[in-house]
Amino acid sequence: MSSSTAALPDGPRRISRETLVKWAPLLVLVVLVLLFPLFEWLEDFRDGKDHIYLLDSRFLSIRNFARIAISASPALMVAIGVTFIILMGSIDLSMEGTVSVCAVMFALMFIGMGGTLASWAFLAIPGALVVGAVMGFINGLVHVKLKIPSFMASLAMGFVGTGFALLLTGGDRIRVEDEAFRSLLTVRWFNFPVMCYVALLGLLVAWFIQSRTTLGRNFYAVGGGEELAKASGLNVNRVRIMGFTLAGVFFAMGALLAVGRIGIAETATGNGFMFVSITAVVVGGTALWGGIGGVWNTLIGVLIVNVINNGMVVIGLPNWVQDGTLGLLVIAAVVLSTDRRSVSFVK
Amino acid sequence: MYELQQIDKHFPGVHALKSIDFKIGRGEIVGLVGENGAGKSTLMKVIYGAYQPDGGTVSIDGTTVRFQNPRQAMDHGIGMVFQEQSLITNLTVAENIFLGFEQQFVRWGVIDWKALTAAARAQLAKVKLDIDPSIVTAQLSFAQRQLVELAKVLTLEERVDGDLVILLDEPTSVLAREEVELLFQLVRDLTSRASFIFVSHRMDEVLELSDRIYVMKDGEVVDVVAQADAQVETIQHKMVGRDIDKEYYREQKQQDYERTNPLVSFRNVSHAGSFQDISFDLHAGEVLCLVGTEGSGREAILRTVFGLDTPTSGTVQIKGETITHFNAQSGVARGIGYVPRERKVEGIVSGMSVYENMTISQMGNYATGGILKIGEERALARAWIEKLGIKTPNEHKDCAGLSGGNQQKVVLAKWRSGGSDIILLDHPTRGLDIGAKEDVYEMVRGMCADGVGIILVADTLEEAIGLSHSIIVLKDGQFQQRFEGMPGDKPTLFDLVHHMI
Repeated sequence: MSSSTAALPDGPRRISRETLVKWAPLLVLVVLVLLFPLFEWLEDFRDGKDHIYLLDSRFLSIRNFARIAISASPALMVAIGVTFIILMGSIDLSMEGTVSVCAVMFALMFIGMGGTLASWAFLAIPGALVVGAVMGFINGLVHVKLKIPSFMASLAMGFVGTGFALLLTGGDRIRVEDEAFRSLLTVRWFNFPVMCYVALLGLLVAWFIQSRTTLGRNFYAVGGGEELAKASGLNVNRVRIMGFTLAGVFFAMGALLAVGRIGIAETATGNGFMFVSITAVVVGGTALWGGIGGVWNTLIGVLIVNVINNGMVVIGLPNWVQDGTLGLLVIAAVVLSTDRRSVSFVK
Repeated sequence: MYELQQIDKHFPGVHALKSIDFKIGRGEIVGLVGENGAGKSTLMKVIYGAYQPDGGTVSIDGTTVRFQNPRQAMDHGIGMVFQEQSLITNLTVAENIFLGFEQQFVRWGVIDWKALTAAARAQLAKVKLDIDPSIVTAQLSFAQRQLVELAKVLTLEERVDGDLVILLDEPTSVLAREEVELLFQLVRDLTSRASFIFVSHRMDEVLELSDRIYVMKDGEVVDVVAQADAQVETIQHKMVGRDIDKEYYREQKQQDYERTNPLVSFRNVSHAGSFQDISFDLHAGEVLCLVGTEGSGREAILRTVFGLDTPTSGTVQIKGETITHFNAQSGVARGIGYVPRERKVEGIVSGMSVYENMTISQMGNYATGGILKIGEERALARAWIEKLGIKTPNEHKDCAGLSGGNQQKVVLAKWRSGGSDIILLDHPTRGLDIGAKEDVYEMVRGMCADGVGIILVADTLEEAIGLSHSIIVLKDGQFQQRFEGMPGDKPTLFDLVHHMI
């Protein structure tokens, strides 16, 4: 459509770019949820089996949705953590190391203090959150005080974390077999395991922080205009350090859910979280240069990533197709969310 | 020789240029004036090829041309000297001058630096700038950079056969008076080789330099005046479509102030590299204006008062308290509000709403235990939208969508609502149209009546004289002279300029 027709006051109403960018992630999610059953239907149709579209779908079933929710829960926590950082216009790549350290520290504390939630060992849960907070705090200090770009500081801290986790475990796996703790996975309310509700609670807390606290507002202010935030008397360094600390706490939440899901804490617990969480944040529509987006975007993003992973398994596509698709999706998301007329140079 | 006929340009929702006729003859200097949003920038962009018109024709010497991009316009001899400095500061002067056109100096795939430097020196000679072309651009002053920009555009002379048209977009905005004179002299000398289109907010300069002046309003050319017939007031009248109040600066509302208990007190304060040995007092209800050229230390003094810079020696007292630790947080806590020059960078956060922008400096007052009381924030915003007449549909509107004048009101509301009683204004009317400027002047008087002390760095000398109770003239970071400026007894432009240069 040419710009001159758009200028006509009585012309057809166009969907504005902002509206499109805002709702595109949700639209993608809905399309995906309808697309995978279509593949199933096509396959069964080809094989001559009876298949009613959507109703007979293996993908579109409560059981499978619970599966998606389980795999999405730890990733959601980690992705929320990094959302806050990206809102500030920085990036945190320390999640894999932090998750590993928190998982291992949790398991060690848990077993050391009795090995069951019915004992003092429940203290290992807040303990793990504190470990996450401390790691995030150090991460923030390194970034702010030593003036190292956040991606480099956090990447380095992530490696330190992975190494530290290996040092703690000596390469062993630590089993957490307490039934009460494993009820995160084993006990189901309305078909969904407890961990999904824990993740939902985490999301609501994050939403509260984002929209109702000075800290959340400060994230947007720093991401939207750091110079201005400074000239308005905000302590930007303090906001950054607190942001990284908060991210650390959410990484620890992710670690707890990850351990709850498989019952094992090891150095490799954190593997894969970096790709999933960053992808999810970006695909969800949070802008990489900060100031735009939020935790609900991240929820959609995490669901998109997990629906793709799960759906491709259901219709039987190999792993590399999944990764490739996600990669393309990231590019598409950034392309869509970037107003390229206003961004003249990208470094 | 260069002519636009019936040029139209639409943007979504805006008819930016309405059937514009414009022509410029060989060796002519044409002025282009209009309020912000009148369509000057769009017209410039059509001329140098950044925009393609929707209708009408562009012709050079009677031949119709159509430019797809600025490079094609350059090939036809049309060059632009940008308002925002377009030089790349980490490259040398010579590299900047021939940026994108180095091919002529390439031998066997390698740049012949000697030839490039010599050619650059030749270009610099055209603008009478005697600097070494191999120094890095960052080392130049703003005025020198402006001349380098001009030299860069003048390379067209060798590349293009035929006449040149050079657009100057606000070339004087960062220049001091004597630098402006030099630039004007240069432009006049260069008319033997090129025609110029001169765009400026400073009406006196446009009148001084231009042979003819195009007056724009709402996307139309409302008048074309020859220099001989041009009068500032009639042109301003045509630009805004109404008379400008004789009491433009609200002098009738200027009141005297108490000369006791200074809010801000500087005693022999120095900041290495920007100002030395500065002393002054700012009282409640006083407008103190810092006057000087770019780099005279005006902004650095504001930054020091606010706490962004730490002085190297001397005593700074705010409300009787001697400051030892300089940072912006404690400045804000002491009741200082800073309205910076770059509204987009330091004034408002785009993407945040009007009410979020108003409380950004005082979130603590609208939160308990870190939890925001958003209802109260919005009530505050509504009250100030009403009080200052901010044009916005509601308090949720993204601040980036407001006009410059309304953004400036949001910034002032931010500080005033937080109880700031020392306000630092750095070029508060820069880039605002006349109506919005008057609103700002009105607010300045209002704040003084409320007992606020204001330190002002004004956009023009007239503004400085009109608004201020006292004026301090600075030169190269040194105190020169102090003037009292009560209504009826204000210093003249000449008094100030005399000490500035």
